Amino acid sequence: MPKLEDLCHQIRSKNAGPFWITIDLFFKDRETFDRYSGAKELQPAQLGPLFGVQIDQVGCYLVPDLSVLKISYPRRDPQGGVVERDLHGGQQYIRIVDLELS
Amino acid sequence: MNSNQLSINILVPIGALGLGVDESDVIRGIQLGAHAIACDAGSTDSGPAYLATGVSKYSRAAIKADLKILMRARNDAGIPLLIGSCGTSGCDKSLDWTCEIAIEIAIELGQQPKIAVIYSEQEPQLMVSYAEKGRIGPLPPNETFEPDLFSACDRIVALMGPEPYIAALKEGADIVLGGRTTDTAVLAAVPLMLGAGVGPAWHAAKIAECGALCATRPREGGVLIRVGLNSFVVEPLRPTNSCTPNTVSAHMLYENSNPFLLYEPGGVLDVTNAKYLAIDERTVRVIGSCFKVMPYTMKLEGAARGGWQTIMLVGIQDRKVLANIDIFINRMHAVLTALVQKAMGSAAGNFHISLRPYGWNAISGLSVKEPVAAPQEIGLLFIATAQTQEVATQIAKTCNPWFFHLPLEESQGLPSYGFPFSPAELERGQVFEFKLNHIVQVKDGFELVRFKYVNWKEHAHA
Repeated sequence: MPKLEDLCHQIRSKNAGPFWITIDLFFKDRETFDRYSGAKELQPAQLGPLFGVQIDQVGCYLVPDLSVLKISYPRRDPQGGVVERDLHGGQQYIRIVDLELS
Repeated sequence: MNSNQLSINILVPIGALGLGVDESDVIRGIQLGAHAIACDAGSTDSGPAYLATGVSKYSRAAIKADLKILMRARNDAGIPLLIGSCGTSGCDKSLDWTCEIAIEIAIELGQQPKIAVIYSEQEPQLMVSYAEKGRIGPLPPNETFEPDLFSACDRIVALMGPEPYIAALKEGADIVLGGRTTDTAVLAAVPLMLGAGVGPAWHAAKIAECGALCATRPREGGVLIRVGLNSFVVEPLRPTNSCTPNTVSAHMLYENSNPFLLYEPGGVLDVTNAKYLAIDERTVRVIGSCFKVMPYTMKLEGAARGGWQTIMLVGIQDRKVLANIDIFINRMHAVLTALVQKAMGSAAGNFHISLRPYGWNAISGLSVKEPVAAPQEIGLLFIATAQTQEVATQIAKTCNPWFFHLPLEESQGLPSYGFPFSPAELERGQVFEFKLNHIVQVKDGFELVRFKYVNWKEHAHA
């Protein structure tokens, strides 16, 4: 099964306000987007445990015109506190790049 | 003006005041027919410190340099200048700081513009009373809260909409300096005031909020938005830059949890049905933007001061350690915690020690998946958090010999790792925390907002 990283030309993550992280998956082309953006590995049920958050707090948004899947989830701790390791959330996407999609 | 030809043009010189405005971009935007210059100067993006302390992220010199270009251009063109979220957090202290810079520039340029200053910082106790009246609600992911949460904040700001800016312009303001405001409201104010379509005005403002980030060369200057009744057009200020349907529509993804809906004071922008059309190779027209009016609310941001931190950094190339990093880190954490408890007792208070091996798993904090080769070296960051700087430093000094010399196993001799500094510990200062993720219900966009106008008689030497 192909890895997510090999199906996208760009994957990025960023803070969306102090309480949320958002990940944008830019699939290589529309065909790849249509084939894989609905993969079960990219559903809240699979992503929630990966990010350590409740499944019903994970939002997935399809943006077909851009061949993008956007994934948003709450931070476990608000931005910038004692346990902060990634203030802007810019490295959080690494957790999912090796996912193998069916 | 024929309504089909209505076009309210806003020059957005840069994504944030202080990043480095290019004067030729501004001149070009004015030549293209700008009716106003609008720019944002703040964000929560860089963390809670700026709101908790009321200190700007960008330096005074950087703000002054950018503001001077904009104030000169504004005066020459005879159009208004709007700056939102002054001084990063948009709190009163940061807004006054920005206003002082503007006054200094005006004096240097020999100008006496009418400057409106619009405050939106809130007294914590006032917000407690709003909460007790049920006029404040949490935003997701928060579900519940206690009203005394607000009194735990050092500073609270409410995000303004465009109405106060419009009111100041109608009073004849040449320059409007705003406290905390949604990025979009600052840019949408003049189009809304002059009768542009509400949906296009908000959508154009959202697209232009980060300057050229909606263009192919995101770090090159700003953009001009032309807002009509049913559509808007966006083009970059710099001739070498381009906006394409892809770069423009992709901006709705940026720092947004939902790419189709954007909640603003007094309504929600819905771009689900928007279409992005290339006019030429560097200009895009957008149609189908919709703004749905809702009861007026303002988002609240609040930050508080937390503990104090003292840090140490050590470099490790010891191969035994590098082959067993997780075991080593766990052992060191246990040793250091016990050491502080024994040496300092209750004087250490409620302390926290964090060990972060850079080059291994410092960013994620998650177990490293096997098999993976040992790194060549790691940088091990030690962070002590305590109730005062003095105690945090005492904890670091107590830990120093063990942080420096702890072997992987007790039976081994005494290694010495690589400190880069003397003294090894650095007092990092205070930790700040965001406390609020709430909205407050207000009767209109003015209820929690205060106005002031610069009185040039107080600056007699001007």
